[in-house]
Amino acid sequence: MANHSTTTSQSRFQQHHFVDADQQFDAAKMGMWIFLVTEILMFGGLFAAYIVYRLWYPELFVMASEQLDTFWGGVNTVVLIGSSLTVAMAIKSAQLNQKKNISINLLITLALAAVFMVIKYFEWTHKFDLGIFPGKFYAFEGIDHPKANVFFSLYYLMTGLHGIHVIIGMGLMTWLLVRSSKRHFNSEYYSPIEITGLYWHLVDIIWIFLFPLFYLID
Amino acid sequence: MSTQETNLKKIQVQRYEPESDPDKHYLNEETGLWAWMTTVDHKKIGIMFLGSVTFFFFVGGILALLVRTELWTPAKTFIEANTYNQLFTLHGAIMVFLFLVPSVPAALGNFILPLQLGAKDVAFPRLNLMSFYLYLIGAVIAIVSILTGGIDTGWTFYTPYSSTTGGAVTLMVFGVFIIGFSSILTGVNFITTIHKLRAPGLTWDKLSLFSWSLYATSVIQILATPVLAITLALIGMERILGIGIFDPALGGDPVLFQHFFWFYSHPAVYIMIVPGFGIVSEVISTFSKKHIFGYWAIALSSLAIAFIGFLVWGHHMFVSGQASLASMVFSFLTFLVGIPTGIKMFNWTATLYKGSIQLASPLLYIFGFFFLFLVGGITGIVLGSIALNVHLHDTYYVVAHFHFVMVGGMVMAFLAGIHYWWPKITGRLYNETLAKIACGIIFIGFNVTFLPQFVMGSLGMPRRYFNYIDQFQIYHQISTIGSYILGIGFVMIFYYLIKSIYTGKKASPNPWGSRALEWQINSRPPLHNFHHTPVIINGPYDYHKPMDEFQLGLAESGGNGHGTDIDVSSPEETAKGE
Amino acid sequence: MDALNDLLLPPAKSTLAQNTDSLFWFVHLSGLALTIGLIGVIIYFVVKYRRKSDDEVTPLITHNNKLEVTWSVIPLIIVLIIFGWGYQVFMEQRVAPDDAYEVNVTGQKWIWQFTYENGARTNGELHVPAGRPVKLIMNSSDVIHSFYVPDYRIKQDVLPGRYTEVWFNAPEPGESNVFCTEYCGTSHSDMMAKVIVHEEEEFQSWLAENSGGGSKPEDLAPAEWGEQLAQEWACTTCHSTDGSDMTGPTWQGLFEHEVPLSDGSTVTADENYIRESILEPGAKVVDGFPNVMNTYQGQLSDEQINAIIEYIKTLN
Repeated sequence: MANHSTTTSQSRFQQHHFVDADQQFDAAKMGMWIFLVTEILMFGGLFAAYIVYRLWYPELFVMASEQLDTFWGGVNTVVLIGSSLTVAMAIKSAQLNQKKNISINLLITLALAAVFMVIKYFEWTHKFDLGIFPGKFYAFEGIDHPKANVFFSLYYLMTGLHGIHVIIGMGLMTWLLVRSSKRHFNSEYYSPIEITGLYWHLVDIIWIFLFPLFYLID
Repeated sequence: MSTQETNLKKIQVQRYEPESDPDKHYLNEETGLWAWMTTVDHKKIGIMFLGSVTFFFFVGGILALLVRTELWTPAKTFIEANTYNQLFTLHGAIMVFLFLVPSVPAALGNFILPLQLGAKDVAFPRLNLMSFYLYLIGAVIAIVSILTGGIDTGWTFYTPYSSTTGGAVTLMVFGVFIIGFSSILTGVNFITTIHKLRAPGLTWDKLSLFSWSLYATSVIQILATPVLAITLALIGMERILGIGIFDPALGGDPVLFQHFFWFYSHPAVYIMIVPGFGIVSEVISTFSKKHIFGYWAIALSSLAIAFIGFLVWGHHMFVSGQASLASMVFSFLTFLVGIPTGIKMFNWTATLYKGSIQLASPLLYIFGFFFLFLVGGITGIVLGSIALNVHLHDTYYVVAHFHFVMVGGMVMAFLAGIHYWWPKITGRLYNETLAKIACGIIFIGFNVTFLPQFVMGSLGMPRRYFNYIDQFQIYHQISTIGSYILGIGFVMIFYYLIKSIYTGKKASPNPWGSRALEWQINSRPPLHNFHHTPVIINGPYDYHKPMDEFQLGLAESGGNGHGTDIDVSSPEETAKGE
Repeated sequence: MDALNDLLLPPAKSTLAQNTDSLFWFVHLSGLALTIGLIGVIIYFVVKYRRKSDDEVTPLITHNNKLEVTWSVIPLIIVLIIFGWGYQVFMEQRVAPDDAYEVNVTGQKWIWQFTYENGARTNGELHVPAGRPVKLIMNSSDVIHSFYVPDYRIKQDVLPGRYTEVWFNAPEPGESNVFCTEYCGTSHSDMMAKVIVHEEEEFQSWLAENSGGGSKPEDLAPAEWGEQLAQEWACTTCHSTDGSDMTGPTWQGLFEHEVPLSDGSTVTADENYIRESILEPGAKVVDGFPNVMNTYQGQLSDEQINAIIEYIKTLN
């Protein structure tokens, strides 16, 4: 922030209703923080359902968790943490005015997100092959528990909602890449990268909660 | 106070006289359908919201009249039980999700908030437009779901009924899900706007109480709405995939749904009523020409209501089978939330003391609000008491209670707000006599409709009943007659307000002599609100200062009206400090 | 006061109803006092401080801490009293005495069923002894219902997959209405029942008479008994006998006639079809009607089903 607080001229991306670029940057950042609060509460509803069912059927969660592949889940965790790092580096590059590095870092982030989704895809299809479908379509016989379908309903819902967020994040990253290749960003103006980065960190953090809650139960 | 004085000297204030009949204003710059549809002007978006909520208010109102007509006789009057069930469901869902929630924040709030902050727009104008379109899309989906099978679950969508019944419930919850995002975006926008876009000198203690109430409302919107969204998504999933979170047949728990649902829907009633409180503060102070009594008590009680409001959802579930201990805690907290509401009532009353009271129509609506909301609030205390709740839960007593709060409170406040800001929005004055008559008709019609419902409720008449025992017929008939009177009142308001746009007298910039910022600019504000960035010296309720002195407070700004180089430092710092 | 009581509250027919009523009046009367007081003050101010000229200047009164504290603390004390009182009455309502007489209640669309200790069963009528605490153990077989007796000031949701309880003690013989107060679909408002309170001996003999649960009374023809059963089991909530369409198809002119089904085929409504429709309602759904009927498998005996079929035959 310090390096653009002295700006007096209006940047080409400053909107008419802001007094200066600083105000616009602060507002954008604050808006995103508030939006992230709503995201947390939205996932919070599912986490609450998770807690309730885990308290009711602790043994089910231990049994069902064994069907999830801890190795690939762990790989995905590393992949997402890596992508959080690269998005932070993209912001840093913008602050340092290294325009080429912005694009490179965004590209790596996008690639890591894609790797995450591919692994997720194989995890899900493997379960479908076993007959582990959500809800009433559940047809797997390997778990001896009448409510086994509820565990996997929660699993699909929570990883599914998280997956949708990853896909939205990939869309945003693509948009940033396009703008970055048009040289829109510099050390004076990079709030889209900053706020997308915030969003991406949240997606990452939610996965860091989901991973132990589903994969690491014993 | 001394720092204020020193600031005053630094500012180069210039007297700014608003024109009473401006050539250019927000309505005649950028005209045409396309300009409206793509506008990012908060005023136009506010008007589009106002038009939409009015439309849905009348749709919901007609449904209500059909419901009341059917209840004229104890058995079938003119429609089948299934149709009746769909009608009351739609009445509830349309009124709650398409009218009450967006009415004050998205319609009036959008128009007024930036004006009261001295800002040129809300923080994210494009997001604001998106919020409007999300609302429209959600509304269209809701209407399609009505036409393609209907919904008969009640607006509360209780499981397992909602996950097993026929009709277009899945589509409907999807529509409400989308509308929820519209509400969240408005909340995000308003909080950011209030934090970041206040004009120089507009410190937190000079923020209008309407803005404070919108702030509290937005906090509830962003915290509660996502939980509703995920709950409704779960119902959809339950119906499509049978995920079994709520359906006991699949291993779920129906009471869990009620917890989720009321975690949103109780705070949601504060989304509906708290902005109304803001309007009351503005109108009372303006029409008694007096500084508001207990500014901080009113401002902070809104926030207190917002926060305690999150902890009381279980009072909808005293007879649901939840643990007695939980019921006790929820009952206790429910009584606590009554206190800040009471404090507001007392402060407003005290504001009238030694005032200069002008009984103009906005104030009459507020007095209507006072009585009806007081009754609604006290019956809320009755319902908060567990033992009484056991008897009264899901009877007409509850129906009457929330109509007193929502229609008697919120709609009366909304109407007061419409009448108060109408000259600012349209630049025209409406027919004051008709306005007073309509206010009287609504007040009488409302009481005739809903007072008998308290009686039959405490006598044991359950809600959502198509047939009822003969003993209750007289109360139902009085109530039905009242609902028609009420309907006439609303149509009358619609008539004279629309008429005023074409034939009304031109409004001066400040017809009520208010000290609030939005009245210090032209009626029909300019496209970007302020030609000069205002520097705020006086508070919005400083009625003890003469009007002439009051208008000093608009600083000279950089030529294009976009104010980039203001010659003040410290007030601006304070303004941005928080 | 008694007249006022009758205007606003149903007769108090249980031992605890009076406690609820005292609290009811305490809250309402103190609320009324507050309303009159506050509205009175407002009217006084409006009259006294009415605007006389347009350039009146009002004094600056921003706040008054003493006043603020007063009107926060006094209401707080009052609501805490109401809270404590309400909680105490509620706990009395909740905790059933150990010696309570137990009856099982099942709610299903749209009928209340009661099962007694000796296997006696009733539909739509709950028979209880006077002057003894009665505990109801309730369960739903479909959606959520709610068991509400205004005269006793009790209400409790009835949930699928879980038992809930409610108790009362009615000292005097008499009858009271039972309503369903949780919206449960088309005929929600017809899901009513009666509590019939008998003197102890009368109750015992009633119980003994009905111990078998549902064999044909001696003095009735099968069709007459069928008509009685159709009332009792709430068949007539959904099936009219006069040709009008309700939730389900009418019974008038049904027997031995062609019925169009939702899959496009038709079927003749003979004994087998009607029997199947009672025991397995979803198997053949009549075109134009929702598939909402519950099975009566295990509830109606063969003899009872035959009687209902006999009754339907008489409606041609």
